[in-house]
Amino acid sequence: MKVSILQFPGTNCEYDTEHAFKSLGAQTEIVWHKSETIPSDTNLLVVAGGFSYGDYLRSGAIAKYSPVMKAVKEYAAKGGKVLGICNGFQVLTEAGLLPGALKRNEHLHFISRHHHLKVINNDNIFLQELKKGSVINIPIAHHDGNYYIDADGLKDLYLNNQILLTYTDKEGAINNPNGSIDSIAGVCNKEKNVFGLMPHPERAMELLLGSDDGVKMLQGFLSA
Amino acid sequence: MKVIVNVSLKAGVLDSQGKAVHHALNSLNFSGVSDVRVGKQIVLNLDETDEAKAREEVTRMCEDLLANTVIEDYEIELIK
Repeated sequence: MKVSILQFPGTNCEYDTEHAFKSLGAQTEIVWHKSETIPSDTNLLVVAGGFSYGDYLRSGAIAKYSPVMKAVKEYAAKGGKVLGICNGFQVLTEAGLLPGALKRNEHLHFISRHHHLKVINNDNIFLQELKKGSVINIPIAHHDGNYYIDADGLKDLYLNNQILLTYTDKEGAINNPNGSIDSIAGVCNKEKNVFGLMPHPERAMELLLGSDDGVKMLQGFLSA
Repeated sequence: MKVIVNVSLKAGVLDSQGKAVHHALNSLNFSGVSDVRVGKQIVLNLDETDEAKAREEVTRMCEDLLANTVIEDYEIELIK
């Protein structure tokens, strides 16, 4: 199992992501954004979190034109698995690989804390190891995590089981930290091979650090 | 040619910054403000001298990069 992890100027979660996947037994490779190809043996491509290009203009807006993104689009179009975490989610929406957009948090604060999430759909490779309706505890750390999609787009998300996770309290009741529409924390594309979420599963890999709920999420990709 | 691009959130998309500024203005007793929208302004200096061509080129810039048309509108103003 080979996980390739994209690195833009300003990415800062690539080594955490590498550590997380290595701890699950995967091989990893960090791919600099200037590369026009991604490793041919890639089984999963991760767009890691951080602040690509300093979030200038909009989060993810400049990264989407990095040389590597053409290869990412081709990889995704052929059915390759892509996971965008936090800034990676923003990059994938900007690039048009995922529907919707991420706006500034409703109360304008940068939010960095553990948050509960409810699994909405698990008929996909990413969340297949988690029970539908179960509540997990994963850190969030973002300024632009306020997910927006228009009414027709939202209808499509529901129709195709594209909503992955919502922000809740520990009982699973809606608890929306950032103003996201319907409290959405993560979505996938219609084909269910491109995934994006604001929370950081790679930061929830050991109980000592507060939660190991990220293990079951990332493991989904490895058990395929 | 100088071109000014104003990018703002679409009508109907909640503008949290505008709301916060509105609230602050009210608390400063500027009570006659009924709405506030916050956007960004991008000023370009183009070599192009033909207005129609300049407008067309900047429109493409907006669609490709300067605005995210999922949530934002843009206005282009040409200044000689």
